[in-house]
Amino acid sequence: MIEVRDLWKSFGPQPVLRGTCLRIEKGEAVVIIGRSGGGKSVLLKHLIALLQPDRGQVLVEGQDLCCLDERQLLHVRRKFGMLFQMAALFDSLTVYENVSFVLQRERRHTEGQMRKLVAEALEMVELRGIEEKKPGELSGGMRKRVGLARAIIYRPEILLYDEPTTGLDPVAGARIDQLIHRVWAQLHVTSIAVTHDMASARRISKRILMLNEGVIYADGPSADILSSTDPVVHNFVNGIVPADSQSFA
Amino acid sequence: MVVPILQQRVRYLFSELGELAHIAGEALRSLRHQRPSWRDFVEQLHFIGVKSQSVVITTGAATGMVLCAQTYFQFHKVKMDTATGAVVSVGMCSELGPVLACLMIAGRVGAAMAAELGTMKVTEQIDALRTLATHPVDYLVVPRLLAATVAAPLLTAEAVAVGIFASWMVGAHLLGIDSAYYVANMNRYTAPTDVMTGLIKATLFGAAIAVISCYKGLSCQQGAEGVGKATTEAVVYSSITVLVANFFLTLFLTRLFKG
Repeated sequence: MIEVRDLWKSFGPQPVLRGTCLRIEKGEAVVIIGRSGGGKSVLLKHLIALLQPDRGQVLVEGQDLCCLDERQLLHVRRKFGMLFQMAALFDSLTVYENVSFVLQRERRHTEGQMRKLVAEALEMVELRGIEEKKPGELSGGMRKRVGLARAIIYRPEILLYDEPTTGLDPVAGARIDQLIHRVWAQLHVTSIAVTHDMASARRISKRILMLNEGVIYADGPSADILSSTDPVVHNFVNGIVPADSQSFA
Repeated sequence: MVVPILQQRVRYLFSELGELAHIAGEALRSLRHQRPSWRDFVEQLHFIGVKSQSVVITTGAATGMVLCAQTYFQFHKVKMDTATGAVVSVGMCSELGPVLACLMIAGRVGAAMAAELGTMKVTEQIDALRTLATHPVDYLVVPRLLAATVAAPLLTAEAVAVGIFASWMVGAHLLGIDSAYYVANMNRYTAPTDVMTGLIKATLFGAAIAVISCYKGLSCQQGAEGVGKATTEAVVYSSITVLVANFFLTLFLTRLFKG
């Protein structure tokens, strides 16, 4: 369903992706792990064409996103929902206006229908009665849940999560993971998350891909990757600093 | 050493102009293909038009008064006191009104537009818009462009009217120019084309300020420093555009209207 072929991306002289290849089938729950600054978010943004590669292809249901202009991409993006690292709520709008944003742009629903759909979406992320609040009045965890409600209200086929638990305490992080898992199970979406939080990866994935040095280094069922004996994967998953790496001291 | 730097600067200038033309083209394309949001347009019109009034009225009044005083001091030497009103009126309508009002709009509105869009860019709100199948130009640029294009000539007309009234107050009541002659000469020498020239200029300046400021916001670099730089550049480039374009528009419109 989503296929990445030989993807290359550099920022100035710094190569980030060096021929990345992957394939994700419909309905999978995939987590991409890797070191901070290793290109996970860059890879995720290529999947929805927020970034254009230097070379390579991103195919969504056989359609190459790299050949489309920004207006053609708008149609393809209707298949996607995305939860950003800091939620990226529109801070000049209320929670209701944020969550109903796509519905208001479409102009296909009455005000009453939109109110009902927003209430349902907020219910799904366990938030009630905050429609008139502004994003600035919400906690980090609530903002992420509102971001998730905004992403699921129009029932996308693919949900992308950029570091969904970053900046949250362990309990709030676990709650977000529960919601991600619930959304995946109830809405039958394809779920793709990037994270370096191993506890989160364990909870929300069925399959893990490890990005290392700009390529997919390991790919397999979550249990296999988390118990891998490969030194690179094992060290990363268990947070072990390799003996040959430079000391901070 | 100098040549490569010059080449780099010229390349940068053309690249910026290309990006500006691209955004303006996208905005026109958007206007052709879809109905802009009335609500967003009215909100922007309120922000640009209503909230800029105090600044623009003050600018218009101060300019009218000082222009009247300086013109009177010179004309008084050659006994042409009553021509003061005509000079102020023509100057305010065709040159000072649009230029100064739009410079103030560039400072107040251009900075706000670039800072708002720049902050949205660095907090990933622009990316969020794109993931929600919304083109940033449709949602952010078009309402601002329309509102600035409508508001700038209205604000200019207001600045000109206030400036002329303030100059009459100073001329007739403070400097002792005969009020009837002041007004009669003003009416005699101010042609409708002078008013048209000022309003056409203001319309084009308004559009240019909106496009430049939105472009600077949307192309903002990361971090607080990026937003600050985008805001500064939006004001500087908008102001320079107003001043430079004014000269060429003066030549073009004068030839157009007066042959």
